[in-house]
Amino acid sequence: MLYIKCPHCGLRSQNEFAYGGDASVKRPELNKEISDQEWDEFVYLRKSPRGKHLELWHHVSGCRQWIKVLRDTSTHEIFNTYKSEEKVG
Amino acid sequence: MVQNYRLDKIGLVNREKKLSFKFNGKKYFGYEGDTLASALIANGVHLVGRSFKYHRPRGFFGAGVDEPYAIVQLYRNGETEPNVRATEQELFEGLEAKSVNCWPSVNFDIGAINNFLNIFLPAGFYYKTFMWPRSFWYRIYEPFIRKAAGFGVASKEHDKERYEHKYEYCDLLIAGSGPSGLASAYAAAKNGARVILAEDKPRFGGSLLTSDVSINNQSGKEWAENIITELKGMTNVTVKNRAQIFGYYDHNMLVMSERVTDHLPKSEEFTPKQRLWYIRAKQVVISSGSIERPIVFGNNDTPGVVLASAAKEYMKVYGVLVGKKPVVFTNNDSAYETAIEFKKNNINPIVLDSRQDSNSEIIKEAKSLGIDIKFSHVVVAAKGYKKVKSCDIAKISEDKQNLNQIKNIECDCICVSGFWTPTVHLASQSGGKTKFKEEIDAFVPDKSKQKEVTLGSANGVFTLEETLKTSFDKGFELSKAITNNNNSQQIPKVSEKKHSKHDKFWCVPLPKGKKYKRFLDFQNDVAVSDIELAIREGYRSIEHVKRYTTLGMATDQGKTSNLNGLQLVSNIENKVVPAVGHTTFRPPYTPISIGAIVGREIGKHSKPTRKSPMHNWHEKNNAVFVDAGVWLRPRYYKRGNEGLFEASKREAENVRKNVGVCDVTTLGKIDVKGPDAAEFLNRVYTNAWLKLPVGKARYGVMLREDGIVMDDGTTTRISENHYHMTTTTAQAANVLSHLEYYLQLVWPELDVNVVSTTEQWAGAAIAGPKSRDLLQKLFPNTNVSNEGLPFMGFVEANLFGVNARIFRISFSGELAYEVNVESDNGNFMWEKIIEIGKDFNLQPYGTEALSTLRIEMGHVAGSELDGRTIPYDTGLDGLVSKKKDFIGKRSLLKKAYNEKDRQRIVGVVPLDKKTSIPEGSHLVKDPKGKLPNPKLGHISASCWSVEHNNPFSLAILKDGKNMIGSKLYAMSPLKNKTIAVEIVSSHYVDPKGERVRS
Repeated sequence: MLYIKCPHCGLRSQNEFAYGGDASVKRPELNKEISDQEWDEFVYLRKSPRGKHLELWHHVSGCRQWIKVLRDTSTHEIFNTYKSEEKVG
Repeated sequence: MVQNYRLDKIGLVNREKKLSFKFNGKKYFGYEGDTLASALIANGVHLVGRSFKYHRPRGFFGAGVDEPYAIVQLYRNGETEPNVRATEQELFEGLEAKSVNCWPSVNFDIGAINNFLNIFLPAGFYYKTFMWPRSFWYRIYEPFIRKAAGFGVASKEHDKERYEHKYEYCDLLIAGSGPSGLASAYAAAKNGARVILAEDKPRFGGSLLTSDVSINNQSGKEWAENIITELKGMTNVTVKNRAQIFGYYDHNMLVMSERVTDHLPKSEEFTPKQRLWYIRAKQVVISSGSIERPIVFGNNDTPGVVLASAAKEYMKVYGVLVGKKPVVFTNNDSAYETAIEFKKNNINPIVLDSRQDSNSEIIKEAKSLGIDIKFSHVVVAAKGYKKVKSCDIAKISEDKQNLNQIKNIECDCICVSGFWTPTVHLASQSGGKTKFKEEIDAFVPDKSKQKEVTLGSANGVFTLEETLKTSFDKGFELSKAITNNNNSQQIPKVSEKKHSKHDKFWCVPLPKGKKYKRFLDFQNDVAVSDIELAIREGYRSIEHVKRYTTLGMATDQGKTSNLNGLQLVSNIENKVVPAVGHTTFRPPYTPISIGAIVGREIGKHSKPTRKSPMHNWHEKNNAVFVDAGVWLRPRYYKRGNEGLFEASKREAENVRKNVGVCDVTTLGKIDVKGPDAAEFLNRVYTNAWLKLPVGKARYGVMLREDGIVMDDGTTTRISENHYHMTTTTAQAANVLSHLEYYLQLVWPELDVNVVSTTEQWAGAAIAGPKSRDLLQKLFPNTNVSNEGLPFMGFVEANLFGVNARIFRISFSGELAYEVNVESDNGNFMWEKIIEIGKDFNLQPYGTEALSTLRIEMGHVAGSELDGRTIPYDTGLDGLVSKKKDFIGKRSLLKKAYNEKDRQRIVGVVPLDKKTSIPEGSHLVKDPKGKLPNPKLGHISASCWSVEHNNPFSLAILKDGKNMIGSKLYAMSPLKNKTIAVEIVSSHYVDPKGERVRS
């Protein structure tokens, strides 16, 4: 079970969180004309990288904030966590 | 009965307390502190089971967790448990156990014929043989294999025992209470760290209980006892025996299984049988020790062949002799301790040492005691079927290839020692690699992956002096980094015998012309010949060899067999062991009962049960409840002999005719507040929200980004910047997460906050033609006329001194209102409605009537919004704005969503107007069509229409729009029904929606 440092609450067990997928996906702006392909990529297509992955987690049984977690998908090492609005660097 | 193999003056068992037990129906006695294994051996019982494949007789091999043979079926307090190791099961009064894997009995087992047919059961036999003919698999092969295989039978009864989970945090978690565990725990605890020390055996001390050493002029055992006593008295220390740390997971989370009452005849009330500890540790000390490995020789599985260390443990801990004419067969010094112990108890052992010579301190002592030592000698094969009767021994050449002077000597047990294998399981599970240590011919942990350190013999350190020194140092160093304290302990003085080097010898060659089976894996019956065959057949990777031969795949996970298997593969392949590598260690280290894993989360405890504030009233008024998500909701209120059908029909009819009240507290409620709330709702819902005035409600549909309907509900504008959103009961949690996602991540610029208020409000839906009259009496000072409170209107009101919200919304399709009060006033509200409602023939109604009412109205719910439907499919396309953008809108342009014959909701009526259509039935054109019969749609919800007094269903049907009036068939293979039906509009009652506006 992962131990995730919520930037708002501190270190908490994984079972307080829900996984939210790739954090680098950006929703297309509202009212913007976009191609079928662009839209499909946003809705359906995700990479499944081995190694570093910036992902979203939702602290559902805690502060209910969506946070970003930089995690290694093969070792589960967590390098850093960020608030939703924080720059990842 | 006399315990013929019990020694008088030695051992730690309590001879004051005799315990009786039964094995295979026969009664025996043992003492408190015995294991089932030690008590059986004391009684001279060595035959405990039959082997997995060949059904060869099997006895005891070890004295603890490494035991491959002695697996029994245990009977305790009216329950039975398979896969219990007799070497770990402590004796209690009235214990009963039986052999497994034998039929009809352990003494006469028909399966043993496999032993003589073993030419037909080589490695990979199952893969090769049972492949064809294919039809034979289910009928013949599988039942045969099932009967022949396995270790015991799982109970089919409900497990009445209690299992608990516990979560714990600590600075240092220490796995194993041997010298390294005790020393590091002591050093860390004295330095202020929070320590958990776990020992899988009942007694603390590990090897100190049996080794001949002294620490600070005390025996090892005394020193261990004193340390443990002191640790137990410290408030920052938790000491647990019978507790196995079996898994090392991510981020220093370890799981420990504590056998709380397995050693007692039964568990006391509210005491768990086992407890699973989830421990998050800042640092982990792996002091799990090492396991002696056998030397491989002919018939080395015969009962009476035991590990030398186990023989010593049986003597020193239990006061039990594994035999009276022992042969000790070794390649190292440690087995001499066993020989000396025999001698001290007036038994004369013969030591066969594969080394040419050795003159270490301990060998000198053995010689001085007059022990018969034969160097350059090996056991060639054990003789005897159900117990060792003798063995063939031989002189072995210097290159270990040739056997000379083979002769037979009498013996009743062979204590074997092929040196020691560090227990690296936990270190390996943590993700760290292992490295091969030449000096000890075994793997030890390499660089730590997580925050752990491996100490003592688990790290390949076999001298007590070094073990204690490094362990005291590590305990201090690790604790200092956490506590910043600086209290170090003096490292005690150790006296121990120095050992000389072991012999890199692990397998006795076969004498010419002999075909003895030489076993590597004792539990899965994998012999040297099986590995040789696998390699001949081209298997190279150790992972493949393992799976093909099943080496190390038994419940003991190859604790005694892995390294010898690797040695063999590397010998045949002419590689060194580290080049062959080893298979992956995975948790659990020992088998863990399913009960412990499940814990208390069974039956009603598997999820929380939520009840509305009116629950007690429902209970008192004969409500029959149904699980709705995590909520308990009244399904119907039973009157007299009514069943579900009669009661729900009565309740629904009363809503259509008079007035009914339904507890709708469970609906999800979310407060949406902020200056941008309207804009936010406008993006979340498919319809327009910017112009909703204060005091008005609107029905809304929200989509996922892929265009699928996510949820529906009404949202009311309470004040300028405050909206009250409702969701379905089932989706409440998901919708809140969904809203938070968009507010926090996608549109953080919107000034809006959302919070769940589901539990803050109790809700009652009042529905039926008389609902307004009732409402007027409940709220005499509020104008609830059609003008004062029109359809989709909202007003705040006073219910006999209690603040209430009235929403004029309707799920039943009748004139209806929903009254909300603060939860604490829920029961007050409900009782008032019931009391005043009497004048209007009000009846409470449950979810079944609620469903009936919504189905015949054609209102969609979860069964239509099933995660596969878009707005068009459910007839909600009228609510999709063409002007504005919203979540999921772009997906609605997809080609498949705009096909001319796209599925759409319809009503379905059976032609006979009598037969109810099972939910889930498929709609087909031709009931006798060739399979697979093309499915045109499915029945999503069924009810008995109270308005028309005949069955009515909703269905999602291909080209539903143009199918009204057609005749189809509803087929339910599950219920074995085929029903001729007519497709009608989904709005079966009041299609114009006049009632809700009346």
